[in-house]
Amino acid sequence: MILYILPLLFPDDRLLEDVSHAVSDAFKLPVSILRKPFPLDPGYDPVRNQFNSSWILSQLLDRAPEENCKILGVTDVDLYVPVLTFVFGEAQVNGKAAVVSSHRLRDELYGLPKNPKRLKERLEKEAIHELAHTFGLVHCREPECVMHSYTYAEEIDFKNRDFCGTCAVLLEKKVGKSPS
Amino acid sequence: MNLTQNDKSANILVVDDELSVRDSLTKWFIEDGYQAGSAADATEALKKLQPGKWDIIFLDIKLPGMDGMELQHRIKSIDPNATIIMITAYASVDTAVKSLKEGAYDYVTKPVDPDYLSHLVANVIKQRRLLSENIQLKEQIQELYEIDQIIGESPAMAKVFDLIRTVAPTDTSVMIKGESGTGKELIARAIHSNSSRRFFPIITVNCGGLTEGLTESEFFGHEKGAFTGAQYRRKGKFEMANGGTIFLDEVGNIDPKSQTDLLRVIEAKQFTRVGGEEIIKVDFRLICATNRDLELAVKEGKFREDLYYRLNVFSISIPPLRERRSDIPLLCHYFLKKLAASINKPATGFSQEAMEQLKAYHWPGNVREMRNAIERAIVVAKASSITVDDLPIPPSSKALPDNQSLEAVEKAHIKDVLAQMGWNITRSAEILGIDRATLYHKIEKYDLRKKT
Repeated sequence: MILYILPLLFPDDRLLEDVSHAVSDAFKLPVSILRKPFPLDPGYDPVRNQFNSSWILSQLLDRAPEENCKILGVTDVDLYVPVLTFVFGEAQVNGKAAVVSSHRLRDELYGLPKNPKRLKERLEKEAIHELAHTFGLVHCREPECVMHSYTYAEEIDFKNRDFCGTCAVLLEKKVGKSPS
Repeated sequence: MNLTQNDKSANILVVDDELSVRDSLTKWFIEDGYQAGSAADATEALKKLQPGKWDIIFLDIKLPGMDGMELQHRIKSIDPNATIIMITAYASVDTAVKSLKEGAYDYVTKPVDPDYLSHLVANVIKQRRLLSENIQLKEQIQELYEIDQIIGESPAMAKVFDLIRTVAPTDTSVMIKGESGTGKELIARAIHSNSSRRFFPIITVNCGGLTEGLTESEFFGHEKGAFTGAQYRRKGKFEMANGGTIFLDEVGNIDPKSQTDLLRVIEAKQFTRVGGEEIIKVDFRLICATNRDLELAVKEGKFREDLYYRLNVFSISIPPLRERRSDIPLLCHYFLKKLAASINKPATGFSQEAMEQLKAYHWPGNVREMRNAIERAIVVAKASSITVDDLPIPPSSKALPDNQSLEAVEKAHIKDVLAQMGWNITRSAEILGIDRATLYHKIEKYDLRKKT
């Protein structure tokens, strides 16, 4: 099992490397960064000035290099699903693809000074969170578990990069079951 | 091992003709740990609807064919307990408000803020859980403590019910008198559950089972190290009953030292634990029960007179079963229905002879004995109807009459023996130890006749 990361309109290579290390550590699986981005224009909604994350997921599925893998799109554009005003990311529960955006994780979006360290931590947590959905995990009640769902960027700082005991056992079972 | 990440067990149905809305909402709910399904129109939604299947239904106001408002009505008629949340665009907020008046829980406007949606669903689930807990608790309370649980239509029991209703709402101490097995604890619970203390505990102390040295500790608790074996601090029954009712069963069996302690706590409503110094104040209602003649015990100096008057402020006497025979069929059928279900046997009734025998028996152990007798009969019964052979009632007691005079007992006994011997006069006379002429004389005297 390999985890693929595909940057999509994501300008920060160093941050991408950080995310790939964090993801590899969290799932104890090899990570490979793909360098074949695809244009996001068809997923753009000019009225909302946002990109449809469900459309991006469908495109990611087509670009998964092999059967037994997961693919995570990392982008800096603002994401939405039709019924919600925005999402930090989206994933297929028990599927193959996930996408995460750094757009709403940036302090500067909320009128605060830039904080690269905080952005890195938030993006790593959300990347792990979305990928874990592809392994079948759902949101967790534990406030500090990485699978806890927060809808405000600053709340993401409450949780850890780690899985709580229950989620860790569930993940181990899921990852262990997947043929490597 | 059954591992779950959270306790979000709600089922959510999304009804919307827009595929993207259906998809994104169901996916979002699944990520959040709920079970989610979707329907594109009213027909599909109604097909997926069963009472109790969906906890929350998100319903688009504008649907092809039947609109959301009409569908809301149909859903409510199929599953009135489902929580409906309308989905609307800005243009149809007026309709959404109308739907709220029709009983929808809330509405969301597309696109909805994820935080708002998350809190909305969490609140609905919380409210539904509280509602269902509330209903369950109310049912439990009703089921446990309704006066209706006490069975009886005889005038004697009607008087008991009247007394319960009269005394229950007051805080008066009650003494329940009655033979063993008449259901004194049931009466105590009925009084408690119909009083303002019903949401606090009723604590039962079986005074008959207390050994002399341990009564004080049982009543008032003890501090750690108060005596050998007191390894932990322990609350006593009076402390546990704080705010509620303490029920002292078989109060006549309390030893003299404990009678003094009891009198003190009833008067002062405070005590100290054994081995302790802290004064503990308690608020309790006292109900006690006895199957002994306490007035006699007072006269004999075995029970403190002052305590007796403290306990016997309001007295309820439960008649023994033999004095309310008209209740026997009712009680028999009540126990049959209740016990057959729990034993899982198909017993549905009693044969005529069995019922006659049940009515005739003098039930020294009262309702408790009857319950046990019927339970045993249900277990051994081979058919759905309980027969005489299934009943564990001693044959000699079958026809013991209310009238216990020597004449009446003689009549019943001769009748029994004749019946057992098939009216063989010689054998019957032998068994009775009288000659045949005397037996004929007695048959004539008591107007006994062979059943044909």
